[in-house]
Amino acid sequence: MLSRDQVLHVARLARLELTEDEIERFGGELSKVLDHIEKIGELGDLTDVEPTSHVVAVENVLREDEPRRSWPREKMLESAPDVAPGGFRVPSPGAG
Amino acid sequence: MTELLALTAAQAGERVRQGDLERGELWRFYRDRALADDLNAFTWVCDGDDPEAIDPSGPLGGVPIGVKDLFCTEGVPSQAGSRILEGYRPPYTATAVERLMRGGAPVLAKTNQDEFAMGSSTENSGYGPTLNPWDRTRVPGGSSGGSAAAVAAGLVPWAIGTDTGGSIRQPAALCGIVGLKPTYGAVSRYGMIAFASSLDQAGPLTRDVTDAALLLQAMVGADSCDSTSLGLPEPVRLPQATDLRGIRLGVAEELSGEGIEPGVLAAFEQTLEIARELGATVETTRLPHAPHGIAAYYLIAPAEASSNLARYDGVRYGHRAAAGDLLTMYTRTREEGFGEEAKRRIMLGTYALSSGYYDAYYGRAQKVRTLIAQDFQKAWERFDFVVTPTSPGVAFELGSKTADPLAMYLNDYCTVPMPLAGIPAISIPNGLSDGLPVGFQIAGPAFSENRILDAAHALEQAIGFDGSAARA
Repeated sequence: MLSRDQVLHVARLARLELTEDEIERFGGELSKVLDHIEKIGELGDLTDVEPTSHVVAVENVLREDEPRRSWPREKMLESAPDVAPGGFRVPSPGAG
Repeated sequence: MTELLALTAAQAGERVRQGDLERGELWRFYRDRALADDLNAFTWVCDGDDPEAIDPSGPLGGVPIGVKDLFCTEGVPSQAGSRILEGYRPPYTATAVERLMRGGAPVLAKTNQDEFAMGSSTENSGYGPTLNPWDRTRVPGGSSGGSAAAVAAGLVPWAIGTDTGGSIRQPAALCGIVGLKPTYGAVSRYGMIAFASSLDQAGPLTRDVTDAALLLQAMVGADSCDSTSLGLPEPVRLPQATDLRGIRLGVAEELSGEGIEPGVLAAFEQTLEIARELGATVETTRLPHAPHGIAAYYLIAPAEASSNLARYDGVRYGHRAAAGDLLTMYTRTREEGFGEEAKRRIMLGTYALSSGYYDAYYGRAQKVRTLIAQDFQKAWERFDFVVTPTSPGVAFELGSKTADPLAMYLNDYCTVPMPLAGIPAISIPNGLSDGLPVGFQIAGPAFSENRILDAAHALEQAIGFDGSAARA
């Protein structure tokens, strides 16, 4: 069972501000899922098995390092919730 | 007009090319059907005229298409089923969609989905659940549930979706249509809003196998914007096979017995009998590590998702919560914008990657992934394909599994091993159980799409599934 402190620690790492109800519920639900997941422990010693992070054998897909046009700045700022001239505006990191 | 509804997309496209059907008429017919949608299959429908920039002389014949919400489409809402991207209109179009448009398919609608493709029922959409046209009290499956329901109900002629652990094949099965997950790398992921990048793959959801082959043909190809994309070694052919002579089918023992509903098993057995009549040999095979697929999948996918979803921070696009300082802006934006399942998976993935747990969880899951891929490799020594039921059950009632995340995850039991191994698999409708569609899954080695399509075509012709009841 995940403790309240563990849930809060993970939420902090994930930059999530959970409600009281979510803290309570996620603890139980995630514990149940983790119990199932821990069945992979039954497979015993896997020291000699190579991990798979990518299924198809491709490596080092390279291209010529030539200057290319990129997106216009204005276009990229169009979807932003708040813009300052030429950039994204955010609240101060130190104001809290 | 009802005659138009009876045509497959390939047939409609052929008529347009022959000059027997006006493209505008086809567009208006489906636009009006899509606008009148009462299944909540769409997050956006084009209410205008047929986009003239699309050339109907291409292989897709001007036949309009439904595109899963998570494909970026320039100037059109692309929200991945999430409130955190509400109203987001991307500045560019996903490569897969661009290729379809170039092939002659205009985008008619964006289809509903589980938020960020996290789910097996489309109930996790931030825009409300989609209903199954076979029974409106039931789910269409997910996460590409909007695409599956829309094709089954004849609201669009065909559609595309994405599959990470079964998100094309399972909804296709639950809605009585065809769904194909290609080999990882066959289709570019550029412009697909990411869930789990080592698993995500785009593919078609269609009325029949020929339509699926046509869409796949147009979608595949290497793309300099996605360095994991490879295309396919040979062009996709339209399937012609009408028998299965010489084909060796391996029935995966671990995925076709325990935990599968009796009605689904009965349909499965019947299809195996048809396969034998068509000339195939059918034998049992073992995938000893496949039962651990769910565990490995629900570590790897959430781990990748927790990283991919870190970008939703209220800075560059999407929702932003009001806050006086930066950290509170981040945490509150994510709390308000993400739905429950997205949060649950971010939590699970962050936990699995956190210090002290990484080796036991994520590291071990990657090794299980190797073992599952090796199981398939071994099966290919004796068999052309591995076959299973697509989903352990038929479409379930809305709300019946939302309170139990683990029960929902177990729906993916028969479909997660294939993306973990990166191999292609198709689901075709193979009958009804209590009046609800059942799916038959055919998985093959990497890049065997042409052979899979041929086998699926032969079976489809012999099964003769009739999906017209859902289009009524």
